[in-house]
Amino acid sequence: MTHINEIGTYCLVLAFCFSLAQAGLVVAGKGRGIARYAEGMSLAGAVSIVIAFAILIFAFIRSDFSVVNVAEHSHTDKPLLYKISGAWGSHEGSMLLWCTILLVYGALITLRGQGLPESLRLKALGVQGLLGAAFVGFTLFSSNPLARLADVPLQGQSLNPALQDPALAFHPPMLYLGYVGMSVVFSFAVAALIEGRLDRAWARWVRPWALLAWSFLTIGITLGAFWAYYELGWGGWWAWDPVENASFMPWLAATALLHSAIVMEKRDSLKAWTVFLGLLAFTFSMMGAFLVRSGLLTSVHAFAVDPQRGILLAAILLVTAGGGFALFALRAPTLAPGGLFATVSRETTLVLNNLLISAALCSVFLGTLYPILMQALFDKTMSVGAPYYLAVFGPIMIVALLLVPVSTLMSWKRADLKGGLQRLAAAFAVAVLAAAVGSLFYKGPTFLSEAEYLIGLIVGFWLIFGTVRTLMQAVDFRLNATGKALRRLPGVPLATWGMILAHIGLGVFVLGAVVEGHQKLSVMQGMALGDSVKLGQYELRFRSLYQTPGANYDAQGGVFEVRDGKGRIICQPKPQRRFYPASNQVQSKVALCFTPLDDLYVVMAEPQTGEGGVMSWQVRFFYNPWVRLIFFGPLLMALGGCLSLSDRRLRLGIVKKAAKG
Amino acid sequence: MNFWPKSVKARRRLTIFLIAAPVFIAAVALSLYALKGTVVYFYTPAQWIEAKVPVGKTVRLGGLVKPGSVVKTPDGVTRFTVQDKLKEIAVVYKGELPDLFREGQGVVCEGEVTGATSLKAVQVLAKHDEKYIPKNVQKELEKQGEWRPEAGMDKPKPVQRPFQ
Repeated sequence: MTHINEIGTYCLVLAFCFSLAQAGLVVAGKGRGIARYAEGMSLAGAVSIVIAFAILIFAFIRSDFSVVNVAEHSHTDKPLLYKISGAWGSHEGSMLLWCTILLVYGALITLRGQGLPESLRLKALGVQGLLGAAFVGFTLFSSNPLARLADVPLQGQSLNPALQDPALAFHPPMLYLGYVGMSVVFSFAVAALIEGRLDRAWARWVRPWALLAWSFLTIGITLGAFWAYYELGWGGWWAWDPVENASFMPWLAATALLHSAIVMEKRDSLKAWTVFLGLLAFTFSMMGAFLVRSGLLTSVHAFAVDPQRGILLAAILLVTAGGGFALFALRAPTLAPGGLFATVSRETTLVLNNLLISAALCSVFLGTLYPILMQALFDKTMSVGAPYYLAVFGPIMIVALLLVPVSTLMSWKRADLKGGLQRLAAAFAVAVLAAAVGSLFYKGPTFLSEAEYLIGLIVGFWLIFGTVRTLMQAVDFRLNATGKALRRLPGVPLATWGMILAHIGLGVFVLGAVVEGHQKLSVMQGMALGDSVKLGQYELRFRSLYQTPGANYDAQGGVFEVRDGKGRIICQPKPQRRFYPASNQVQSKVALCFTPLDDLYVVMAEPQTGEGGVMSWQVRFFYNPWVRLIFFGPLLMALGGCLSLSDRRLRLGIVKKAAKG
Repeated sequence: MNFWPKSVKARRRLTIFLIAAPVFIAAVALSLYALKGTVVYFYTPAQWIEAKVPVGKTVRLGGLVKPGSVVKTPDGVTRFTVQDKLKEIAVVYKGELPDLFREGQGVVCEGEVTGATSLKAVQVLAKHDEKYIPKNVQKELEKQGEWRPEAGMDKPKPVQRPFQ
């Protein structure tokens, strides 16, 4: 039965060969003739790597400790879901996941791209094959997850308890579907540069892929933030940790790409810039993978480190990205210049959007790499924290977000500024009013924090109301003809609905982030049985203790009750301390309880024996207002991305078979 | 204005560039300026003494928790000493310690300098991994010749076969 693992390794070798052949055939056939066989190679490669990945998952399910990776990251007592997610809980396994997704995307280019011009599609397949060969080769030769042990241990070392969590089980696959989805855009960009032809059609073909990858990436990052929020027990959701930034930078690049691709598709301008962003998005994805695995970053999320792997990954990164950008530098000047537009037009606002997002991206990039640079040049160790990002990223983003509704209400080519502003004025007034009312309920420590709060609320409400106003314009809403407008709703294209949902989601996120960031409260206190602690209008009382065995841990928990200002019991949080014997670790389990808008969050930390032998526990009690919007907003954004994706007009670029006469 | 291009498109491109360049330069300048004010430096106790860190500055301190130095009081305040081979710094911290905070282990504390050899920490970091010692702590300790890896579980050694 254990031979199956060798079959898995063999399938990896096969996938490597198929990828090489896929690239080789395209080169040999100069994109014609025998290059057609690259399509078959892409399908065969995808099938073989899926088999290899399935075998790894199977080894985890069977707890086959003859496989090093299983022995190091699994345990017979783990619940099934975490046995499966253990397959990508380590560097080796997650690399295999990365390769699997990469080759499956390659197969999708073949399957869904039959409507595209053959030479472009085959060249893209060739580039995808090169990427596949590089990453599968890396996995195979430096971090094969199916490597075997000579003497098989009876029991594995289990997975880190903090990773045994449903949100984190699905976080890597989602994130990688996003990261690696950008590889398709990269391949098409390189293919178009080789062809030397760039036109509006290219943007129409590439945009669905970018949308798909962007939606996955959005969900992946949100899951990660959610996990950090309720698993790590610190009450926050985003720390501007270098590893978090590593996933955020490709997202920013992809967001800029989505918007510039629209301009390219509709107006045939910004062509070189769009291709540049297409190269950039995947470059940042690869850079994220490299930073997380290279050991250059000190982070709570980074993988265990092996310098040799870092060097190999850096080499892959330099060759692929360097090649792409070198090609871009050679070819960009020869690309036909794009169309013209007036200064006051939607194109201009989208150019501004790209400019601001790029500036924001630069600021995150600087903050993330600065410590690494200083370490390398001056041997000074330092860290860049949230204050830097709030000071730089914040203002840039405020301007960019204020522009969003302005942009969606403008027409292409030449907009009427006065009429547009008139249309927006009402929405903006409502937003300012809502924000002003909201600010009445906030007393900040300084004038600055109150100003931040007000501006933040204005931005959030403005995004929501301005976008609703855009929808009203799309259905030509008039007060005396409401019925007519409602009947026009089904006629609004899905792509427009997607845009509207995504922008409203952005507003929802901003509101959540502003309110949570300014109004959260927390208290920490040693509590013995019967003690209580006050926080804002809430009171937390420690009622009783209980013991309960879990699947692969023993838990000690407390039963608490929360009362509101009127003395009514709202809920009974039951936080736990779990002891995992397999890894000899203790993990605090957060208890969340919900009021309609806010979260109450209780963590029980270590026990102490005080004077007189009374046991007490360090308890942290957080009040996190509106925090749910922070996770709900991005989900709306991803949903909007998927809606746009399912718009037939967009899909035509992928599925429509070229009519052969 | 003879340097102003004649073709409309070239003019447009130049306009975009003339708008974009200052925005970018401003963004980078703002970034570097903000970095200067917000960067947090990392010291081991010996480096701390050597650098004469000014009181009131926010720093990160890394080293080993001195065995026997941890004192916890009922109000949630922990006092402990962070040491390297040469020097010691006293740390006061009110808050929940990471589950893996132990005597003899490597830690990183971030907080405000309150004296020549004392730190009021607002954050104590330890990775969620029992064999973890912060990378830079390890490096500095190795430089000083004191490096005792925790006795963790020995990793199984993979066999050398092709493709591994």
